[in-house]
Amino acid sequence: MSLKDKIPAEMEDLPAMIAHALAIEEEAGERYADLADQMSVHNNDEVADFFRTMARVEKIHADKIRDQARGIALPEIAPWDYRWRDAESPESTLLEEIHYKMTVHHALKLALVNEQRAEAYFADIASKTANAEIRAMAEELAEDERAHVKLVEDWLAKHPEPATGWDEDDDPPVHQD
Amino acid sequence: MAQSQQTETSLSIALVGSGGTGVMTAGSLLLEAAANAGWYGLMTRSVGPQIRGGEAAALVKLSTSPTCSASDRFDILLGIDWKNADRFAGEIPLTPQSVILGDAKAGDPPENLAASGARVHTVPLTSLAGDISGGRPNMIALGVVAALAGIDQENVVALLAKKLARKGEAAIEASTRAVAAGYEAASAIPSPCAAPSLKAPQKGRWMINGNQAAGLGALRGGVRFVSAYPITPATEILEWMAPNLARLGGTLVQAEDELASINMAIGASYGGIPALTATSGPGLALMMEGLGLSVGSEVPVVVVDVMRGGPSTGIPTKSEQSDLNIAVYGFHGDAPHIVVAPTSVADCLFTAQWAVHLAEALQSPVIVLSDQFLGQASAIIDPPADLTFFARRKVAQEPGESFQRYAVTADGISPMSIPGTPGGQYTADGLEHNPRGTPSSQATDHALQMDKRARKIAEFDYGDHWADIDGEGELAIITWGSLTSTVREALDRLADDDVSVRLIALRLLAPIRQEKLAAALDGVSRVLIIEQTHGGQFHHYLRGHYDLPGDVKSFHRPGPTPLRTVEIVEFIKNWSDQ
Amino acid sequence: MTSASTSSPAPRPADFKSDIKPVWCPGCGDYHVLLSFTKAMAHLGVQPHEVAVISGIGCSSRIPAYTNCYGFHSIHGRALAVATGLKVARPDLTVICAGGDGDGFSIGGNHFLHACRRNIDLTYIVMDNEVYGMTKGQPSPTTDPNWDSALTPGGTGVSPFHPLVIALASGANFVARCFSGDPNTTAKVIAEAARHPGFSFVQILSPCATFRPDQKEWRNMVRDAPVGGTDDPARAARRIMTDDGFNLGILYRGSRKSYRFSVGENKDELAAIEGKFTL
Repeated sequence: MSLKDKIPAEMEDLPAMIAHALAIEEEAGERYADLADQMSVHNNDEVADFFRTMARVEKIHADKIRDQARGIALPEIAPWDYRWRDAESPESTLLEEIHYKMTVHHALKLALVNEQRAEAYFADIASKTANAEIRAMAEELAEDERAHVKLVEDWLAKHPEPATGWDEDDDPPVHQD
Repeated sequence: MAQSQQTETSLSIALVGSGGTGVMTAGSLLLEAAANAGWYGLMTRSVGPQIRGGEAAALVKLSTSPTCSASDRFDILLGIDWKNADRFAGEIPLTPQSVILGDAKAGDPPENLAASGARVHTVPLTSLAGDISGGRPNMIALGVVAALAGIDQENVVALLAKKLARKGEAAIEASTRAVAAGYEAASAIPSPCAAPSLKAPQKGRWMINGNQAAGLGALRGGVRFVSAYPITPATEILEWMAPNLARLGGTLVQAEDELASINMAIGASYGGIPALTATSGPGLALMMEGLGLSVGSEVPVVVVDVMRGGPSTGIPTKSEQSDLNIAVYGFHGDAPHIVVAPTSVADCLFTAQWAVHLAEALQSPVIVLSDQFLGQASAIIDPPADLTFFARRKVAQEPGESFQRYAVTADGISPMSIPGTPGGQYTADGLEHNPRGTPSSQATDHALQMDKRARKIAEFDYGDHWADIDGEGELAIITWGSLTSTVREALDRLADDDVSVRLIALRLLAPIRQEKLAAALDGVSRVLIIEQTHGGQFHHYLRGHYDLPGDVKSFHRPGPTPLRTVEIVEFIKNWSDQ
Repeated sequence: MTSASTSSPAPRPADFKSDIKPVWCPGCGDYHVLLSFTKAMAHLGVQPHEVAVISGIGCSSRIPAYTNCYGFHSIHGRALAVATGLKVARPDLTVICAGGDGDGFSIGGNHFLHACRRNIDLTYIVMDNEVYGMTKGQPSPTTDPNWDSALTPGGTGVSPFHPLVIALASGANFVARCFSGDPNTTAKVIAEAARHPGFSFVQILSPCATFRPDQKEWRNMVRDAPVGGTDDPARAARRIMTDDGFNLGILYRGSRKSYRFSVGENKDELAAIEGKFTL
């Protein structure tokens, strides 16, 4: 069974749903922040700034969910017990898709995939659950993600794909230790 | 007993035998019995290449004062048999005044021993032993030589009772009767010398060898972790430490090779536990990269190198001083560190303890250059002084937000945080780093850290321990390590002839102490540098780092033959011919 | 994790990450491994100052400074020796040894064998990218024999080292393989490895973006092993001999006793020890 074929079990209850939604936004934010650091270290400031913006946006999403969840005791879930469709939460950018010379266009494409995955995730839960509360929340979250997808698509329109050769580096890699 | 020679202050006895005749045991008992009678002394050994059953020689030197040098000549040579004993001729110098004893059944002593002109007498060792149930020729031999040395038979008998207690009454009985038979046989032999009148033995003296002394010094200094990879002639340090460490709450781990042992010691030390390993030349060569890590990451560690004949596999069972170069120069990069060397068996204890203190205080590797002669020689020594050189590392007890592991301080020593201490987290690194410890290739950081590491070593106050300096004279001998006693005794003899020579025996080989040596050479116009190397390593080292007066001579010879007191006396007396 | 108590708050993964930004190439699997490590440690409930991360030399060996734990970036191939000395001297610490395939299986190969034998209670994580990355792309002991490189044109032609087989045969008490691209499962395995007594070995396939771009395919090639871990070394041995290098999971959980050593019981017997030399 490959990592792509995970089928999550049904969400247990509303607190679990909230915990998953919160984790998605928190992990997305942490991932974007990490990527921003990677880009800074490799002197790709434009993309670093983009990822930092995304990290801020995800933090806002996370704060919103935390506000909505005030008063509800959330379950403590070990990192490997979350019910994701893939190896990681749906908005976690796949690290192997990063390149030190990537452009904002490429970063936006990754962000788009994240939002699309998140939308599909919530839509899937909404369609499978028998729990009305969970369905309601999942549908709302899916709707939010659809809006995010639109935003990213609009943004992407302003950053067309660069010409081939964008990843060319005349200098060879450097020995370090 | 027939008429004796002039009263000597030392008496040397060699016992040889092969095929498991037990000469080492006999030699060791002789030394201890003599000590109980008031002698000081030293026993060294020489062996053939076999693991068991090979030819062996126990070389015992008795002296009225503490001694740690090879004998100029042997007064008595007793061979239980003569198989392959010709290999020992170079190590058992005899004179016409010496006595060679052997069993007629074993044939004549080897030509190269008999050629000395020593008087040969026979003693029927095997048949005397055969007459006693459980009797062994080495116990007969022990009786013979103990008698000739003027040791009271009671001493030997009491010692046998103590040493053979766990083997049972029958064994004690057999050995006692054999020794008695030896004493009786000795009465027919003219003794080569009269036993001097000995003072009552000072209470509390020790019998110990250099390897044990080094191990004990390390324990006294606070070592509680030892990593071990066996190598001749250092293995005994590790084997002695294994059980004794455990008694003090420490532990020893056998490593898979020297690369592992140096790094294990560094790991333990990083965790806050003073750590040590012991090896010989080939092992020290393997440890060089690890020692460099100790310098760069400023993690203390002590390595005892019990030097043997080099280069490469060399002569594992013989002594030499030819690891000086690798100890001081073997590191890649500029790597200030500390090298010390004990000057005698007794000094192995002090110097090892001092080494631990220095390593901990300076957060540095310390190499202790002992050698096979000291390491495997059993000596009678005065009870060592109780010194409080206990490991004292500068530790950051409560590291705060601004804690920097490699902070630049006035004395160059940066307080270290010990793993487990909240807030003190840092990554120790062999990579050059900034004061926080983050790797850095910046010139400023490299300069800061290099200066700091050099300063901490160079500006530390090593006190008077850096060298032993004795005597006055415009001629000075500079030496180190196991040759110190030999030189000292030469100078005593020269003093008897009104020749005044100053001794400078370095205990601290690195860092250099320019001002101190200059002061020690005040008034000196001639210098003799004495060492046991083929290439004159010590001579070149001194020339490279110190100012020496105009007339400098070098007396160097590699192992395996020890330098003898008489050779040094001769050299000095014939200075202008050298 | 909620914590209203006055005792030390339960650590979160972020507590285990230092403020030093890694210099690994973007796309490197080691970023994921760092993430897995922080999640695993937080889950174990240890505090960062109670953990020591020991490494050798190589890209993955840079990891200690990226954590907020005590660290030792030591020398090439010798991390296990340093970690062994540290754990024996300080059994109270959680000791994690980390490095790459070159550091661990080439120059470090001998120490690897003996660390497995010794079965000291530590965890060894090897980030395996089947290449020497830091020195610009030479084959490592786990590289395919046909992989072309500047140093070995046409490939080494030498059969690759199989770390899990060696670990099992040498006596490691816990043997597992993970993929950096699944950091949550990897975190779970690291946590279990650290908790499991004795020497725990975790091989993490961690792609090298710069010198092995072909390893991007690993995500599609790895799979969960068809069976779960066993405590029977013979069964584990049979499984691993037919393994193609892409089965993920815990292979073996043994019950060998950890390396025995006595530390701490100071019987204060220096005088008695010295007494043995007195005449």
